[in-house]
Amino acid sequence: MSNSILQYSSITKKIVMALVGLFLLMFLLVHLAVNSFLIFDPSRALFNEGAHFMATNPLIQSMQYFLFGGFILHIILGLILQIQNWLARPVRYKIEGWSHTSPFSKFMIHTGIIIFIFLLIHFINFFFVAKFGEVPVFADTEMEDMGLLVIQVFKIPGYVAFYVVALILLAFHLHHAFQSAFQSLGMNHSKYTPFIKGLSTVLSVVISLGFIAITLVIFFSSRYQA
Amino acid sequence: MDFTLKIWRQKDAKTRGSFQTYKVTDISSDSSFLEMLDILNESLVLKGEMPINFDNDCREGICGACSLYVNGRPHGPDTEITICQVHMRKFKNVGTIVIEPWRSKAFPVLSDLMIDRSAFDKIIQAGGYISASTGGVPDANAILIRKEKADESMDAAACIGCGACVAACKNASAMLFVSAKVSHLALLPQGQVEAKRRVQMMVAEMDGQGFGNCTNTGACEAECPKGIKLTYIARMNREFIAGKMGAQKMDL
Repeated sequence: MSNSILQYSSITKKIVMALVGLFLLMFLLVHLAVNSFLIFDPSRALFNEGAHFMATNPLIQSMQYFLFGGFILHIILGLILQIQNWLARPVRYKIEGWSHTSPFSKFMIHTGIIIFIFLLIHFINFFFVAKFGEVPVFADTEMEDMGLLVIQVFKIPGYVAFYVVALILLAFHLHHAFQSAFQSLGMNHSKYTPFIKGLSTVLSVVISLGFIAITLVIFFSSRYQA
Repeated sequence: MDFTLKIWRQKDAKTRGSFQTYKVTDISSDSSFLEMLDILNESLVLKGEMPINFDNDCREGICGACSLYVNGRPHGPDTEITICQVHMRKFKNVGTIVIEPWRSKAFPVLSDLMIDRSAFDKIIQAGGYISASTGGVPDANAILIRKEKADESMDAAACIGCGACVAACKNASAMLFVSAKVSHLALLPQGQVEAKRRVQMMVAEMDGQGFGNCTNTGACEAECPKGIKLTYIARMNREFIAGKMGAQKMDL
């Protein structure tokens, strides 16, 4: 498989990168919606209901494989593209970077790597615990109390600090990524591109601030007890 | 005007290069950047040293030969202009000017500030042409072309192939150059015969020459002396998708 990816042309790689990236963005929006249940209902019932649905619905469960595949493909392609880009300029300039460029576009690999590290830690804290660990049962139901697990983790100051930093970097990543995906797919139009660029800013801010706000509310509010 | 110049000196393609510092004095603010280098070269010749090699030809911004990376920007501090047309008055209050060759794996340095840009020629050879019937001259307006299309094609054709896009790009990507050439032909009826094949062949050659990939930073657009827009890269991506989907399987 890796051999055939290497043989993809530069544009094919960028098109796949864009399509997978847009798919991953859908996942972020769904994730944010489910997380927001904890704010709407501090008793955790709504969130646990949501988490239970996500963990048991066959359609969602089958999409999980596409999600993992998507992450892996996005990361592998991103690394291949970046390594090719580094190799394309073996001798660097003495003075560089004075050309006007769009913000954040030059740091996609850096923000990407930190988001990847965050993803690994996030996985260990939640996904593996839910899949293989012991999660207590919620009240008088058969649902696992995932809400309690989230609140426990979001009461750890060090974790919350790292979470906030990672999500700010995610905003930088998305700010460039969303509008750039349309360019990779060949969609650049004098009428619609300004709207897509605006939407890119809105999406990155909403997603990042949304996750951060939920975390900070749980961290500071006494309504949430671990 | 007086300047300190830090210039990349490299004997030939095989020798390692380094920066050399030169002082130039009494330069007229109305002299062009290349005239300033000419003055420096004359003084070097008088001292019995090797003059600095740099590409130049028309000195009026249309040939695409000059290729100097000046203080961190291809073609220097001005926008939509080649370095041959930049005057020294643009360097007011700039004490030190650092001059480097374009840096790209696909553009090896031949000597000093002179680079080998035949990678661009190879890309053009791969598909930057049209099929035209031989015989009598066709009537001027036999093929109707919408004004907007003609304008857009003409704007793409303004590319002089200097390579500033590659030089400015953090990935040394040639996407802006290739997209201008693909678009200029794809927008016209005369370019349709090879349209599907052309974009694939030119992109394959671009990749093969060792240029980087596009990250859509916009540095190429900002530095292009002819104002080629990023929209042409999107157009090339569209052409590429259409070409891939519609063309017969090709052995690239």
